[in-house]
Amino acid sequence: MPLRPDTVAKIQDYARRYPSAQSAILPALWAVQYEQGYVTDEALAEVATHLKLPPSLIEATSSFYSMFLTRPEGRHEVMICVNAPCMLRGADAIVAYAEQRLGIRDGQTTSDGAITLRSTIECLGACGGAPMMQVDHRFEENLTPDRINAIFDHLRTAPAFHEQPPAEKKPARRTPTVSGEITRSGPSGARARTRKASK
Amino acid sequence: MGLKPVLTKDFGTEGLRQLDAYERTGGYAGYKKALSEIKPDDLVELVKKSGLRGRGGAGFPTGNKWSFLPKGMYPRYLVCNADESEPGCFKDRYLIEESPHQVLEGILIAAFAIGCNTAFIYIRGEYLPQYEALESAIEEATAAGYIGKNVLKSGFDVDVILHRGAGAYICGEETALLTSLEGYRGEPRLKPPFPAVKGLYGKPTVVNNVETVANLPHIVLNGADWFASMGTPTGKGTRVWCMSGHVNRPGNYELENGTPIRELIMEHGGGVWKNRRLKAFQPGGASMMVLLPEHLDVGLDFDAIQKAGSLAGAGAMVVMDETTCMVDAARRYVKFFHHESCGKCTPCREGTFWMSNLFDRFEFGEARPGDVDLLLDMGYNIDGRSFCPLGDASTWFPRSVIKYFRDEFEQHIAEKGCPFRKETEAAVAVA
Repeated sequence: MPLRPDTVAKIQDYARRYPSAQSAILPALWAVQYEQGYVTDEALAEVATHLKLPPSLIEATSSFYSMFLTRPEGRHEVMICVNAPCMLRGADAIVAYAEQRLGIRDGQTTSDGAITLRSTIECLGACGGAPMMQVDHRFEENLTPDRINAIFDHLRTAPAFHEQPPAEKKPARRTPTVSGEITRSGPSGARARTRKASK
Repeated sequence: MGLKPVLTKDFGTEGLRQLDAYERTGGYAGYKKALSEIKPDDLVELVKKSGLRGRGGAGFPTGNKWSFLPKGMYPRYLVCNADESEPGCFKDRYLIEESPHQVLEGILIAAFAIGCNTAFIYIRGEYLPQYEALESAIEEATAAGYIGKNVLKSGFDVDVILHRGAGAYICGEETALLTSLEGYRGEPRLKPPFPAVKGLYGKPTVVNNVETVANLPHIVLNGADWFASMGTPTGKGTRVWCMSGHVNRPGNYELENGTPIRELIMEHGGGVWKNRRLKAFQPGGASMMVLLPEHLDVGLDFDAIQKAGSLAGAGAMVVMDETTCMVDAARRYVKFFHHESCGKCTPCREGTFWMSNLFDRFEFGEARPGDVDLLLDMGYNIDGRSFCPLGDASTWFPRSVIKYFRDEFEQHIAEKGCPFRKETEAAVAVA
């Protein structure tokens, strides 16, 4: 499937923006994944022609980075961190609960193609809100079974990130909140002071 | 000592992410002052005098780093390292999320000081909302004339390029970051030549952490003496500490350097959760050595923590209560380093693989007598023999755990499995 003209324009734009066109490889691959959901060999070759670089170089670079998907997966990606700071706050139980709730194992996709579940050892940067997950790269913190249910129910029907019309691609919150739960993203502490009015 | 909001002073202000609210809290005043009143060289001197040390982990004096740029060599580049991936660390995310303009202003001041016309922000791929926050901050600042040609009629041209990584911890290491930014696989380079001499595209380059640059507007506005009046003689200013693990109130706390660790954990963090006892804590993130309750009175400061046998690193505080299996905690970290090893050098690529296998043996009850010494031996053969600090750092936490909690390893061998895991809990195989 060839890339859409607007994606191609974006890629050519990146190539001009950087002092070297090679620096545009990562942004170009993001643009591809943003449009198609994953990065095919065909797309890699097309990126090479637009950046005027050898295809081997594009592939060498893209294969180093773990966030580029090489095959179609579920419409939504749920990643649960199981590194030590999350483990301390019960991430293993959260993974087990998610597996049971979705009826799949870690790394699999639900039969309706809605959710791919993945536990990751890579810290996602929300240790203060552990246990946490990233849903399509958005943070969901202080997880509880109720919260997970609400997130999964929402995802079952929500369109995939790359299939949404552009206006909806920057939602403030993508999932409904459950009453009585801490859903605020991010840490407490210094921020817990009362909100100041704008001067 | 104690809580001292400097960077986080205005956090929580309504709409702080937007330019107008940020300017109402005094935003961009430092940048304007620098452009109109201070010569670039004096700005470097000012930062040197303030005693600001890099907040990314190594604690290198920022002003000195700037002054290493060879005279007369242009173009020069500034790269702001927002590839925060250290387990336990989430301060850069917080600083960007709450006040992207503060970070941007710091970058612009640094760019002006070193005479750089193209600055980069390298942000990790997982930080998508933070990427968007910076993206719109750059748009707003460009529209307001803070970025572009001849900024505020000062003759200074600056462009800021926001670059998104794609999931590689190693790219937080400065030379790997530059390699990645050039569009290669993110593998580290040999130092020297240091980035200051031969960095991005072979040109003189400065790499500064998000928290480091966020300090700059305040130093410019309030002066070097004001900044140097905070903290300890060798660790000026404040730091944002990311606290996680078994505390009642995890989160980010900005404290004056030198504040005792006890105050951070017991007072601000509300103490250990579930009325349990403190077993150990780890300042600095995944790489750094574990400390014990007896170290609670150590001050939060690069040198004091180093004296106590650990490192302040990236400013994370992971707290562990008495029910924590130290072997499992170390296993997760080692798995992490194995996962993130770039594969360039053998000690790290193979060493982290074997360490991770050995830790699985402990956790799943297959460890044999002598395995603890084997683990130590592996550690000695990785540390100091790896190409970059990732390999070295993978051994620090496990070795410190063996030092203080060797009996737990022996218990894993004797009981053929993890004594801390409840019978109902299945051990989770971490990929």
